[in-house]
Amino acid sequence: MAQPQNNHAQNLGQALPSMIKRSLIVLAIASIIFAPTLLLRLQVSKIENTLFIQYRWVFFAIGCALILVWRLIYEFRAWQRANVPLKASSRPQSQESRFAPYVGPVLLIAAILLPFMPFTDRYILDISILIVTYVMLGWGLQIVVGLAGLLDLGYVAFYAVGAYSYALLAEHFGFGFWICLPLAGVFAATWGVILGFPVLRLRGDYLAIVTLAFGEIIRVVLLNWRDFTGGSNGLSNIPRPSFFGIPFSQGPDGFAATFGLEYSSLQRMGFLYFLILALALLTFYISSRLRKLPMGRAWEALREDEIACRSLGLNTINTKLSAFAIGAMFGGFAGSFFAAKQAFISPESFNFMESATILAIVVLGGMSSQIGVVFSSIAMVGGIEALRQLQFLKAIFGPDFDPSSLRLLFFGLAMVIVMLWRPRGFVSSRVPTVFFREKKSVGSSMISQGRG
Amino acid sequence: MTRPLLEIRGVETFYGHNQALHGVDLDVREGEIVTMIGANGAGKSTLMMTICGVNKATRGSIHFDGTPIHLIPPHEIIRLGISLSPEGRRIFPRMTVFENLQLGTAAIGPAHFDEDVQKIFALFPILERRQSQRAGTLSGGEQQMLAIGRALMGRPRLLLLDEPSLGLAPLIARQIFDTLKELNKNRGLTVFLVEQNANHALKLAAKGHVLVNGRITLSGTGEELLTHPDVKAAYLGGGAR
Repeated sequence: MAQPQNNHAQNLGQALPSMIKRSLIVLAIASIIFAPTLLLRLQVSKIENTLFIQYRWVFFAIGCALILVWRLIYEFRAWQRANVPLKASSRPQSQESRFAPYVGPVLLIAAILLPFMPFTDRYILDISILIVTYVMLGWGLQIVVGLAGLLDLGYVAFYAVGAYSYALLAEHFGFGFWICLPLAGVFAATWGVILGFPVLRLRGDYLAIVTLAFGEIIRVVLLNWRDFTGGSNGLSNIPRPSFFGIPFSQGPDGFAATFGLEYSSLQRMGFLYFLILALALLTFYISSRLRKLPMGRAWEALREDEIACRSLGLNTINTKLSAFAIGAMFGGFAGSFFAAKQAFISPESFNFMESATILAIVVLGGMSSQIGVVFSSIAMVGGIEALRQLQFLKAIFGPDFDPSSLRLLFFGLAMVIVMLWRPRGFVSSRVPTVFFREKKSVGSSMISQGRG
Repeated sequence: MTRPLLEIRGVETFYGHNQALHGVDLDVREGEIVTMIGANGAGKSTLMMTICGVNKATRGSIHFDGTPIHLIPPHEIIRLGISLSPEGRRIFPRMTVFENLQLGTAAIGPAHFDEDVQKIFALFPILERRQSQRAGTLSGGEQQMLAIGRALMGRPRLLLLDEPSLGLAPLIARQIFDTLKELNKNRGLTVFLVEQNANHALKLAAKGHVLVNGRITLSGTGEELLTHPDVKAAYLGGGAR
């Protein structure tokens, strides 16, 4: 660029007063918002039994400072965009596409090696199990929401059906985990079809409302059918899964004794981890296979345009029901795993917040990206857990400060940020399921020769 | 005379309490191009959807090659050999051109896919070049070609076309109509075409019908209708009525 450098500086100098002015206006607005939210806090004095107002200047100052800094950066970037011409070649086309093929295998290897790492303790393993459970639920819901485009706000109902199937079958018939797992999937799929039938003609908002209600109905039924489900007391003493018949106990028949290992409760955790990992990978495998089959393509077509689907002779009823059923089936698998892991279930675990979290995982990850779901699960579940670790913040905000109380704030913030910068989720690209490989050998000239 | 390929008798279709078709009678014979013209809201698309079974006829009958199709669900109708290229093209925008063509075989299965896709690429060479592109990124004309190509992938004996010239430049529309003519001539494809572009459509067609408020008010050969004063006045911009 031929322009001298000081020309920019002069421009910046000229622009600076108005930039600062705008920033200060934003700061003023922010302080008005922060005054009631961050600054003032109503406290109860236990000694005098009165209310008084606590002033939290530190919070207020930090909030205002963050806003001011953010706005100044924003102003500077805006000025930069307007004044400094971008070189056309300065931005590489896409960095992520070069690494994209390796992300999946690397994650898989990391997931397999995790339990054997020296730093892995009970806590990390527990969180990992939780994350992988959500990954599996995310992949299951992705079939319904991402592929078939049916917005399902009651997915947790199928999770609950799976969990209660296992718990009740084990209690009443003494079935083991490995028999109950497929049965739970079948029951959940049946409920998927039962939900699917009345909503066949609904789309979008209306479908979302009905599925939301369905999720609540299941929960309320579980809560009130005391004789059968134990009501709010839930079901306890659910048998733990065994290692193909060998229990994880301390006795001579236990897992540790059979394989000549020293007994450790971590062995069961490790087993549960691999169990859910295997289930998740099964979900991954089946859903990515289905995407390439006519059924999966029909789901995607249904998401794109239902009328077009009908005019092409797709059986939209079967397509929708199969999406609901298969999505629900994986929810059921995950549910029965959940029951086996917790050994206790109650309707509390299956509230709307769970559905919302799973849906958020799918949406944040990118509706049709399976790797995206992994990242968003790690961010959503692991990230919230990580907040608990931020104990050093107590040094700033005082000993009463509980970082995990801010998790909904961070949750919302993360949502807003992702939707601003990546409105289609972390991984937004849709990979076509088929390619026409022999582009050259089958040109139109070949047709007359009978090739094709 | 043999029985027509598509035989529509006294079809009445309702949207709730609103009657869209008031007893339509129409024949399409094998190897013919038949056109129906009509203004917005005349019931053209409704008739198409009724033939395909997406809307059900409340009264009347539709026979395709002797089979009563007004009683069976859409996916079975399509399997009998009817393909619809719907109004407004309705391609699947986020899927590739190739995937769109693949979905065209949803009703009949992929047995003849490779062979048929080559025929489509020969017919519309631009689609071959765009095959791995998202369909939503195509131009309007290309999208229309894709919609027709997708319909042809179902190996139809009867191709239903709902306003293929919608929103297209005259030159592109002409190209589409030329292709239809060629398909009809060379492969004997039977076409039932619904259009607002009366001039193009009637020139192409052996037979034409005019649909007004759900009733057929005029029928005749394409040329007869082109010169008919009422048609001229209403659809060809030939002065006041």
